[in-house]
Amino acid sequence: MPRQPRVRIEGLPIIGVLLVLVAIFMIAAPQVFLGYRIYMAFLATVPPQLILALGLTLVIASGEIDLSFPSVIAFSGFLFAWAFKTYELTWLALLLALAGGALVGVVNGILVAVIGIPSIIATLATQFFWGGITTVLTGGLSYAIRTIDDFAIHTVLVGRIGVVPVQALWATAIAVALWLVLNRHRFGEHLLFIGDNVGVARVVGVNVGREKIKLFTLMGVLGAFAAVLLTAENKNFFNTQGSGFLLTVMAAVFIGGTSIFGGRATIVGTYVGAYIIGMIEAGLVATGMQGFWVRAVVGLVFLAAVVFHLSMDQPQRLSRLKQMLRFGGRLERRPAPSAQEPP
Amino acid sequence: MRRRGYDCAVRMESIQMTFGNVTALRDVNFEVGANEIVGLIGDNGAGKSTLIKIVTGVLKPTAGRLYIRDRLVDPQRYSVQDAHELRIEAVHQEKSLADKQPLWRNMFVGRQITKRFGFIDVRREKEIANRMLREQIGFRGAGIDADSTVGDLSGGERQGIAIGRAMHFDADLIILDEPTVALALKEVQKVLDFVRGIKRSGRAAIYIEHNLAHVHELADRLVVLDRGEVVSEIRQGEMSLSDLTRHLLELQSAREGAAD
Repeated sequence: MPRQPRVRIEGLPIIGVLLVLVAIFMIAAPQVFLGYRIYMAFLATVPPQLILALGLTLVIASGEIDLSFPSVIAFSGFLFAWAFKTYELTWLALLLALAGGALVGVVNGILVAVIGIPSIIATLATQFFWGGITTVLTGGLSYAIRTIDDFAIHTVLVGRIGVVPVQALWATAIAVALWLVLNRHRFGEHLLFIGDNVGVARVVGVNVGREKIKLFTLMGVLGAFAAVLLTAENKNFFNTQGSGFLLTVMAAVFIGGTSIFGGRATIVGTYVGAYIIGMIEAGLVATGMQGFWVRAVVGLVFLAAVVFHLSMDQPQRLSRLKQMLRFGGRLERRPAPSAQEPP
Repeated sequence: MRRRGYDCAVRMESIQMTFGNVTALRDVNFEVGANEIVGLIGDNGAGKSTLIKIVTGVLKPTAGRLYIRDRLVDPQRYSVQDAHELRIEAVHQEKSLADKQPLWRNMFVGRQITKRFGFIDVRREKEIANRMLREQIGFRGAGIDADSTVGDLSGGERQGIAIGRAMHFDADLIILDEPTVALALKEVQKVLDFVRGIKRSGRAAIYIEHNLAHVHELADRLVVLDRGEVVSEIRQGEMSLSDLTRHLLELQSAREGAAD
């Protein structure tokens, strides 16, 4: 007989958090949150960050990090806007953008897996590099691509079905695909083992280097797709686009419950987490809070979520914190050393 | 007993392994017969783990020749998958199981049962894992099933899982890396019975063990490694346990004297 029946719905607590949050905003700003428009706005604006967060979930599952994605949003967004504006390319512009993202990803993968640079350093450097390259290529300018809504690509990627933004469906499809990859595919299992214990992964025959290169490439391509959705939805390319995504995307992943230590990750959690972050951002503004407070609140929620999941995961850490605080209290009562030993 | 079409499960000739400017193995000649239990003795850093990782395909030796089942393999292309296909299995509670993953993933990772496009047949993997737990490992009623997380299991249970996996994949050469460390007495007996079973069923094993009494009793031959070199070989019955202990101490002081 098994220890206990294990009927667990992935991400159930986080879905609860989302519902509570919606209820709070409905009470705090009923004129905004009781209509459907605000939700359609979320479905239009959250998908690029959601897609990034889904990719990042796999990266973090394998115990790595990718900080370069904000620059992929700029770089691939530029490639798309430039190819459209210069040559009126649409699908080829999408392909070019995806190829650009793949290039960024492959370079990250090689730096991490072959040369052995810790991913936090390697991708921090490539974030600056590709961001810089984008600024050089654009000369710091924006590209307006207003005519893109005359083309099929606009309808297919960011059109509306009734009132529902199509990009929300794309993001959902990617979430389903990545859930299957992480939970049901060999590649996802390898990532989990690499993140859990890389020594074990090697011993059981996982080609760690190859899987990491594949992983970073996938992340780059997802970032590029997010960039195209963002650029097409805005009908504009800014050379600083994506620069504010680092905090919100990471927050979405960790609020969702993916372990910061690797080896355990939840796609459902990230999916809901991204909408929670989007809602907090929009909701705080709608309730009349100043824009610059929003970042502080998101940062705080991010930290609270990490501490919460950590204490659920490893209760011993929490008790160690309590012990430390008690120890700190005792220290205060001790006489200062200088009082005992005159100089 | 099974008849096997080869004399040596593994043979190493002049194997060399260096990491940067550190030499982990120097000119090592080592072999394991088709139905032989070879005990590997040596201090930490003697090169035992390196030797085993070469046999299991995790590390590529810097130089030397490696024969598996009497056939020369290209050491640069010999991989963990190749070792699995040649029925070489490593049993190690800490180095071969990942803590946060469920048991069924640990059983099959690296050689998943897949459907199309590399998707894992989760139901079949769990079914087989559960059957393995009941029938081969004897965890009936212990409250452990395929979904249990490895990190929640005791040392003995983990060792049982690692051994069960080796049995399931029908290994011909089983590598036991300190299998009795941190085990309760009863669990130690189970592991020792398992090693006897390997010999009885005509298979081979490389057995790393700090407890000299265990290897002395079970191994057909003992190989002593020191600082990357094979310094002594002892056949079963050549020395009593106390002679063996004295011999090892003498070797050590002689080597230390030579090094100074």
